This record gives sequence, structure tokens and C-alpha cells, in this order.
Amino acid sequence: MTSTFSSVAQVRDGLKTLNYLADDGIAGVVYLAQRLGKPVLIEGPAGTGKTQLAKSVAELVGARLIRLQCYEGLDESKALYEWNYKKQLLRIQSDKKSDTWSDVHDDIFSDEFLLTRPLLEAISAPDPVVLLIDEVDRVEVETEALLLEVLSEYQVSIPELGTITAKQIPMVFLTSNNTRELSEALKRRCLYLHVDYPDLEREKEIVLARVPDISKNLADQIARIVRSIRQLDLKKAPSVSETLDWARTLILLGVEHIDAQQAKETLHVLLKYQTDIAKAAKELSVVE
Amino acid sequence: MPAIDLMSGFVAELRRAGLPVSLTENLDAMEAVKVIPIEDRDAFKYALGATLVKNSSHWRVFETIFEVYFSLRGSQYNIVDPSDDQADEFWRDEQDQAQQGQGEGRGAGGGGLEALTPEELANMLMRALMAGDQAMMRALARQSVARFAGMEPGRPVGGTYYLYRTLRNLDLDNMLAKLLEAGKHTPQRDTSNLEQRLAKDEYESRIEQFKKEVEAEIRRRLVADRGAEAMAKTLRKPLPEDVEFMHASREEMQSLKKALFPLTRKLAARLTRKRRHGRKGALDFRNTVRHSLSYGGVPAEPKFKYPRPAKPELMVIADISGSVAAFARFTLMLVYAMQSQFSKVRSFVFIDGIDEVTKYFKATEDIQEAIHKVNTEADVVWVDGHSDYGHALEVFWERYGKDINPKTTVLLLGDARNNYHASQSWVVKEIRKHARHVYWLNPEPRSYWNTGDSIVGEYGGHTDGVYECRNLRQLEGFVEKLV
Repeated sequence: MTSTFSSVAQVRDGLKTLNYLADDGIAGVVYLAQRLGKPVLIEGPAGTGKTQLAKSVAELVGARLIRLQCYEGLDESKALYEWNYKKQLLRIQSDKKSDTWSDVHDDIFSDEFLLTRPLLEAISAPDPVVLLIDEVDRVEVETEALLLEVLSEYQVSIPELGTITAKQIPMVFLTSNNTRELSEALKRRCLYLHVDYPDLEREKEIVLARVPDISKNLADQIARIVRSIRQLDLKKAPSVSETLDWARTLILLGVEHIDAQQAKETLHVLLKYQTDIAKAAKELSVVE
Repeated sequence: MPAIDLMSGFVAELRRAGLPVSLTENLDAMEAVKVIPIEDRDAFKYALGATLVKNSSHWRVFETIFEVYFSLRGSQYNIVDPSDDQADEFWRDEQDQAQQGQGEGRGAGGGGLEALTPEELANMLMRALMAGDQAMMRALARQSVARFAGMEPGRPVGGTYYLYRTLRNLDLDNMLAKLLEAGKHTPQRDTSNLEQRLAKDEYESRIEQFKKEVEAEIRRRLVADRGAEAMAKTLRKPLPEDVEFMHASREEMQSLKKALFPLTRKLAARLTRKRRHGRKGALDFRNTVRHSLSYGGVPAEPKFKYPRPAKPELMVIADISGSVAAFARFTLMLVYAMQSQFSKVRSFVFIDGIDEVTKYFKATEDIQEAIHKVNTEADVVWVDGHSDYGHALEVFWERYGKDINPKTTVLLLGDARNNYHASQSWVVKEIRKHARHVYWLNPEPRSYWNTGDSIVGEYGGHTDGVYECRNLRQLEGFVEKLV
């Protein structure tokens, strides 16, 4: 069953019941995406819940999630559709005598011999779907063009079959880690959402929601320490998922209240570069 | 003003500020506004942001312009009658609490924040900051602006002046120290170093937030006085990639630094791709013949050598005298952040003496730290600490000239303002004879070149090109060309 959102607040509350804590920006854009029927391009640092947003929205509207993981070298036959040529071959060989050429021709280029790939699947699905195009910045600029028709018209053109138009408009989320500038054409077709590290309050709530058995005090302290660490000049600032890992680690160690020593010893969960760890350890133990 | 006019004025201003807003995006924004009520200001802002701003580094500029154009919209943002303001309600609440709690209220009829002395106001601010009371902070911000900024209609003074006046009266500079001191005496707080450090960060962010509130209030009043368009004009700031290195403020420098690292990552990714997918190399005769066997000896499928473009060796020679120091620092940071794209990087800095600083970058992974060392430890002063390109180049040639080989690309950074010393441009000529390429990057606008003591033309004649590098955008363009 799908539901149409009636207000921004509804989106926010709905996501909250699924343990996804959206801020105003996120909820607003999701609401807008559904109302305007436009894809959402989500950009932001790794580990801030971009992919999770798409998953949560799918769960919220009760739709099936179709995921297209992008990588270098992704092409039409992996993203859109492919003819099942083995089956076509079998069809041609099976009864050679009875068919005329045009029969065979019409027959082997029909739905039966079409292998749908994620994009076409999302377009032709009879049930409601959410399409997630993950890490779109990994494909080459030329491949981006593949997406344009789907994103703006919700249709796929197959030369042998004609144009397949969407039966219902799916919600589309594209995520990007910003390793390269996406083309103007792609950006123009999307609503843009920048997901940054959450502020103190939200991070605390995320920790509380996602880590079972954590005390309010500890969550508060974790959020505050992480914020201080993010303000340092680091190679890689800790992401939300790393914050959660850290919270779980502390719970496992039975820590109720973090002191400088424990913080130092578990920093490697939060930070992944030796120089960063050294810097953070130094900063945390000294008051300027 | 009807909403449609306001919107088109808003979009026009975004474009003037340099944001690339296309027609379709504009139409999308109009569509979006239809489904989001303008009264819900946050949602409204994000709706416009999602449709009009497609680059996160442009968000700040967008926010400022949004505040200017839409700050007077929405009922709770009225400033028509300050005595009827929300501030009063908060004040009364606060006062009630104070009365109940400590019995030191000044009488409920005493009338709002206006009646307080500046000291009391500052004390209340401190309490609000301690407690992190957002509503109170906002109310106080408004009251302080009304009281201290001394704003008069039609006075041609910028917002920063009012900001300064307001903050000075609240003694905000010492607020952090006071808060920390007060925090120490609160019994339930533990006083370990870690806690103190966290508390400090917390207070800093609250003070920062209060400053923003004050700024927003000043802006609101200025807009009410002068109108959105005039205000937007005075507030217009360049996008991070258009900020000029030579005139960047401290804040702009920070945002530049932030923009630099994603940029290097992008550049590196793009360059690696380019290298891998670049045009094919020369015909591989052996391979072609071998494959021709499957076609009965007909070379139907020509094979090409895999191109392996050599990574260039880089020598950076940078002027780090005051006027161009920021630029040199930036370029060095950029170069070292992408050193994997070069087979070898050596760097030299000079003012009137020259010193090799490669070792600082080798010693540590942290580029910032290395840059700091370059600034403090490199031996670059020979006589008086005024730029002397001639002497620096001469010494460079003497000491390191032999290391330049046909694989080396030499980058010279500086404004070539030589204080009327001898140019010794023959050194550049010699370098060019031995090196693969020599480029000169000048952070000054082209129109200033060769004026006064700038002799960039004299050096430039011996290089493969002189490039204007005033901002990140130009620097990025050059680096891509270089690799």
C-alpha cells in the first residue's frame, strides 16, 4: 500500500517511527519529491545515511526498493535492459519450418526475451517502487546520459519495442559521494539535497534510537565528543555510522561515562588515520 | 509585494551572486512553492534550496540572500511593533521563574527587556548561554540590537558596523572566559580536562549562534529600512571558488580551505580517469600480427599500445612574502594534496633568500603542519625581507639548477613585484632550456601586471606561459592542464 504525504511534518514523523531521524531539510525535500514527482540527488560525506534515507522512505511508503549500484564501466545492458540472446537463439532453432521470417522477427523481440535491469524494472513495475541509484558519481560522464531519459520522462526507449512509459511514477533517489562534479543536465533534473553531519541534538537522538540500551548521559557525551572531534582539521571526520560503531563499542566495554583515557583507547573506532587519531587524542586531553 | 515579483527578484539576485540558476530550475522552484506554504519558513527555505542550489558550497550564499528577501515574511518575524514582540513573552516567563525561584523579580508590571540596565542584560545573556536557552537567546539578540546598535533609518552604514557596536556593548569577547569560569563552579559538573574541553566547544557554539541571531536581526532591520534589493547588493559575497587569494578575509580563508580538499579529490579522480581512458597509443605491431592469425593472417583487428603517459616531476618555486603568502600556501597545499599525480615533487620558497622545503612535507603526513613549518622555519630572508626575485632565482640556479632535467616541470609562483632589484631573468631562460615546461602563476589581476615594480612580463617571456591565478577556480583549471 502506498501513502501520499500530506505535510512535511508527516514525513518527518513517519521516518522517525522507522528510526530514521530526518531534519527539516531532509523531510522537506522528500515531501517535495513526492509532490512534484521529481528525483532527489543526495550528496554528502560518506556515512551520513544517504542510502539509508532511500531505504527508509521505501519502507515508509510501503514500496519495493530497487537498487542500482553504480560503478565504473556500468553500461546500458547492466542498467537498462538486455536481450536474452540465448533464449532468442533457442526460439529460432526450435521450429524452423513453420515460421516465416517476419513471425520470428516479431516474436524474438518481444517482452518474453527482454531481460529487465534495474532502471527498466523500476519503470515497468506494476507495484509501487522506490528506485535507488547508488553512488552515481562513480559512472563516467557519458554513462550519466543513460539516466536522463528515465529521470525526466520516466520512460525507456527500446528501438525494437518502442517506448515503455512508467505505469506509476516511482520515487527516485540518487546518491553521490561527490568524488566528481555531476553534469549540469543531471543536476537540473533533480531536487538537490545536501546531507551533512547532523547537529548535536540530532546526533544524540540518532545514537539513542539506533543503539539499544544506551543511557541518555552517555549518548549526550558521545555526541559532544564527536562534535569536538569534527571541528578539528582531520583527514576524515568521523561519520554518523562511525559514531554508532563507537557507541556500540562503549556499550560492549561496559562504559557508563567516558573519561579521557577511555576515549583515547577507543578512538580507532571513530577515526581511521593514524595522524587523525594522534591529533584527536592530543586535543581531547588538553584544554587550551 | 506579490509573491511572484519577490521570487523573480530573488532568483535574479541569486544569478547576480554567481549561482547558475537555469530556467527549468526556476520553474521547479515555482512549482515547489505552490505545495509548500510560505508561512513554514524553514520548509520554504529548503524547498527553494533543493530546486535552485545544486552545489553545497553555494548554500551559504543562498542562505544570506534568502534571509534578505524573505526575512520579513511570516507573522512571527514582524518587527513593526517591538513592544508587542515575542521577546516580551519570553521575558515574562523568565521573570516569573525568577520571581518564583529567587524572589528577585523587578515587578511584573515593570515592562519587558527595555527596562534592564546593560549589565543586567549581559547577565541574562550569560544565563541564557549557560542554559542553552534558544528562545531567550533570540529575544536577547533582538533587544540588544534595538538597544545598542543605534540604527537610524537611511543612515548609510554597513551591517558590520552595527554588529560591532552591539557585540561590544555586550562584552561578548570575554563571555567565553566568563562562562568557563562559571562552569567550573557548578557543583554537579565534573572538572576533568575532557569535560572542560567539551564545555568550551559547547559554549563557543552557543556564542556563535547568538552572534548569528544578532546578525540576522540587524539584517532584518536593514532590509525593512532599505529594501531587499539594495540590501542584497551590499551583502553580496563571492562564491568560495571566486574568492581572491590576495584579499580573502579570515573567514573566507577557512571556507577556501574547506573547499580545497574535496577539490583535490575530484581533480585526482578526474585525472586518473583521464589517464586510463585517454586516447589510444601508437599501433602495437607485434600484438596486431598475433591477432591477425585468427583472421587467416589479415590484420583485421589493429591493436594499440596501452598509453602510459609519464607523470611529470614537479618543482614549485614560491614567493612567500606577505602580499602573496596566502596564494603560495594554497598552491603548495593543492600540489601536495595531489602529489600522487606527480612522480616527484620538490618545493622551494623565497622572499629574498631561497630555501628548499621538501623535507617538511616528507616528514609529516599532515599538510597543514608542514605549511606551518614552512612559514616559521624556512630560511628565506637574506638581507631585508623584501621580495628579491633576482637574488632568489640566482641562488636557486646555483644550488639546484643541476637537478632540472627534461622531465621536470617548473612552477614559479608570485606577483613578480621585485622592489626594483635586478631581475636576473636569464635564470628563467636557462631553466626553460633544461626543463620540460616552465609556468608562471600570478595571483594578481592581469590588468595590474607590469605596473609599478611588477616585472612579470620580463620573466614571462622566458616561460611557456604566465597564468592569472586569482581564485580557486583558476587554480583548478591550471592544475588540470598541468597534469
